[in-house]
Amino acid sequence: MNMFDALHLARLQFAFTISAHIIFPAISIGMASFLAVLEWRWLRTGDHAYKEMFVFWSKIFAIGFGLGVVSGVVMAFEIGANWSGFASVAGSITGPLLTYEVLTAFFLEAGFLGVMLFGWERVSPRAHFFATLMVAAGTLASTFWILSSNSFMQTPQGYGIENGHIVPLDWIKVIFNPSFPYRLAHMTIAAFIVAGFLVAACGAWHLLAGRRDEAVKRSFSMALWILLALAPIQILVGDAHGLNTRKYQPAKIAAIEGLWRTEKGGTALNLVGLPDMEAEATRYAIQVPHLGSLILTHSWDGEIRGLKEFAPEDRPYSPIVFWSFRVMAGLGMLMLATAGLGLWLRRGNRLYEARWFQRLVLCMGPSGIVALLAGWVTTEVGRQPWTVYGVLRTADAVSSVNAQQVGVSLLVLVVVYCLVFGSGIFYMLRLMARGPQHSEQVRTTDHPALGNRALLQSFK
Amino acid sequence: MHIDLAVVWAAIIGLGVFIYVALDGFDLGIGLLFPFVEDKAERQTMLNTVAPVWDGNETFLVLGGAGLYGAFPVVYATLLPANYLPLILMVIGLIFRGAAFEVRAKANRTQRLWDLAFVAGSALAAFCQGVVLGSLLQGIRIVDGRFAGGPFDWLSPFSVFCGMGVLITYATLGCGWLILKTDGELQRTMRWLMRPLTAALLVMIALVSLWTSWGLPAVATRWFGSGHLALFLLVPVLVVACVFGIFRGLRLEQQLTPFLLTLALCFLGFTGLVISIWPNIVPPSLTIWEASSSPQSQWFGLVGTMVTLPVILVYNALQYRVFRGKVREGDTGYH
Repeated sequence: MNMFDALHLARLQFAFTISAHIIFPAISIGMASFLAVLEWRWLRTGDHAYKEMFVFWSKIFAIGFGLGVVSGVVMAFEIGANWSGFASVAGSITGPLLTYEVLTAFFLEAGFLGVMLFGWERVSPRAHFFATLMVAAGTLASTFWILSSNSFMQTPQGYGIENGHIVPLDWIKVIFNPSFPYRLAHMTIAAFIVAGFLVAACGAWHLLAGRRDEAVKRSFSMALWILLALAPIQILVGDAHGLNTRKYQPAKIAAIEGLWRTEKGGTALNLVGLPDMEAEATRYAIQVPHLGSLILTHSWDGEIRGLKEFAPEDRPYSPIVFWSFRVMAGLGMLMLATAGLGLWLRRGNRLYEARWFQRLVLCMGPSGIVALLAGWVTTEVGRQPWTVYGVLRTADAVSSVNAQQVGVSLLVLVVVYCLVFGSGIFYMLRLMARGPQHSEQVRTTDHPALGNRALLQSFK
Repeated sequence: MHIDLAVVWAAIIGLGVFIYVALDGFDLGIGLLFPFVEDKAERQTMLNTVAPVWDGNETFLVLGGAGLYGAFPVVYATLLPANYLPLILMVIGLIFRGAAFEVRAKANRTQRLWDLAFVAGSALAAFCQGVVLGSLLQGIRIVDGRFAGGPFDWLSPFSVFCGMGVLITYATLGCGWLILKTDGELQRTMRWLMRPLTAALLVMIALVSLWTSWGLPAVATRWFGSGHLALFLLVPVLVVACVFGIFRGLRLEQQLTPFLLTLALCFLGFTGLVISIWPNIVPPSLTIWEASSSPQSQWFGLVGTMVTLPVILVYNALQYRVFRGKVREGDTGYH
């Protein structure tokens, strides 16, 4: 197998661009709803700290949203350019779903974003709140459609095959395919957790730096409450998602668990180990008896099918998904512990003073993003060797372009992404390091796209 | 009643592409006009005129792409591989430009670099769009529903010329927009630039028309052999009328006319394009009916489009209304 043929380069390119992309929508999805809550609280209470928080986080949101838009456009083109086999075979299903996403989500976001970011003095507060709600609704609608499309690729149903093309027979079945509800819930909560840890870590940074103003304290506290509620729910949803995967994509589960033989009378869980595709075994495995059955079947001796039951050409690459899954699940447990510690520290008002805890939260800042990426790697690599599970192989989905084209564009994209998204993230972090500003400052510090430096300097 | 879904979808995608060209045209054009304005504050004002609307404008590109993917997947799967490099370069241009919008004002030492990224990104995106258009007009080799040409088939003197044509079109649109949205010194600069730009645009339209009707026999047949010549000839006549209108508007110092008439020019150019290739969607031989996805898919997409597109157009228009009026330097009411 040549690792540098058009197929593998196209896969690498898509994996790279989609991983860079998903970070930004996840931030936008979580942040948009958080902003809606902040503005609602501000309108209800008139407490100015909420407004300060809104203005501050809306700048972070704006950068994340802009970068999400431009990195998303890349993938829409990659699907046609690198994956024309997929585009033409599955286009009748994924195309209309993407059209719906554009119509119901992208336009809603873009159509109200201008008012939300720049319209404070042009519309009434209620109209502004409406715009914020529409932006948040747009991000959620977008999640709905794109996950429906992705879930169809994982667990397709409601389709037929005509002349080698997948055609829709029942749209309700297509959209609400078996893995969709679980994946949608899992991803939406993940996006909220991504944003939650960013807000909490930013609060922790400023608490460590000695700030104790209301906007900083409240950011920290609100985010920890949200995480306390979401972390356990996410673990339950993830568990349900796992049961669903075992039913519809058993090979993926076997690869995640590094399980080769179907064992009778209860399956052990490999805590760690090195799955070896050639030897068809998981080396250096540390096992806990019956735990695999308990987790995946919720019974003492439930049966889990091993990888050897599937033909070698139908097996996902276990070493990757084995570890990506463990990274995600491990971080999930750490998140739960962090949020729990926060609750414990609230007794006796130690939350804003316990520096060790603030350092911990700061370190956990990117954990949402890392877990999100690890989760997506697990589900996407676990779908291989299929692009549409059981219907279209990845090898048949790739375009007949040559390896040089894909390779060169991959290199160019890597350089451009590091440059552009690297500096985007740098400015996001710099904004966060500056923190929420008090109301006088809020008025003179414009949105990033509008900050008039010449004007600012004339004030100084 | 029989509805020809393929025609309806071609019309929707045509509308999406036209709105995209009209809207993102003027904000890409602002990037192209950046080098002609030295003053920092004026540059910021130029950006401020489009800051609330630019990503809404770009969404129409995604609509065109998604509509194409949903309704005519074969086009998506052939046009894109055929234009692999120009399309990748186009999105890279859009990345640089979009990022420059968000971070330019945040940067201190590197602001000059971000200005360069904004100009180069806008120019690259506009030029590549023209190249793709040119390569579409000159035809794409398709065998068995797959692109069958080489990686550089898109590159020809004609496609490069079309790239330059789109650069000029967008710069003119941006210029008209800025005449509408600004006043004072900046507006004077733009009025001054508008004349040579409009003249260049006219020359470009004329040359592309002549080039296609001489160089591409299929296009000549469409224009001269279809029996609608008298009707079709209305297009060039109206083009000349629009150009006169723009010059007149500039002389009378009208605010809105130059921009509206530039939009009309784009519309006429677009009409000419449709006349040239209809009913093909990928010349020389792929028609909209051959390229269609399954009727179930086209119906499903159509229902959603019919319900949402009017609403989308309304609230996009509302957003323009909220931000109507002149944008001035250091406008305090404009965060």
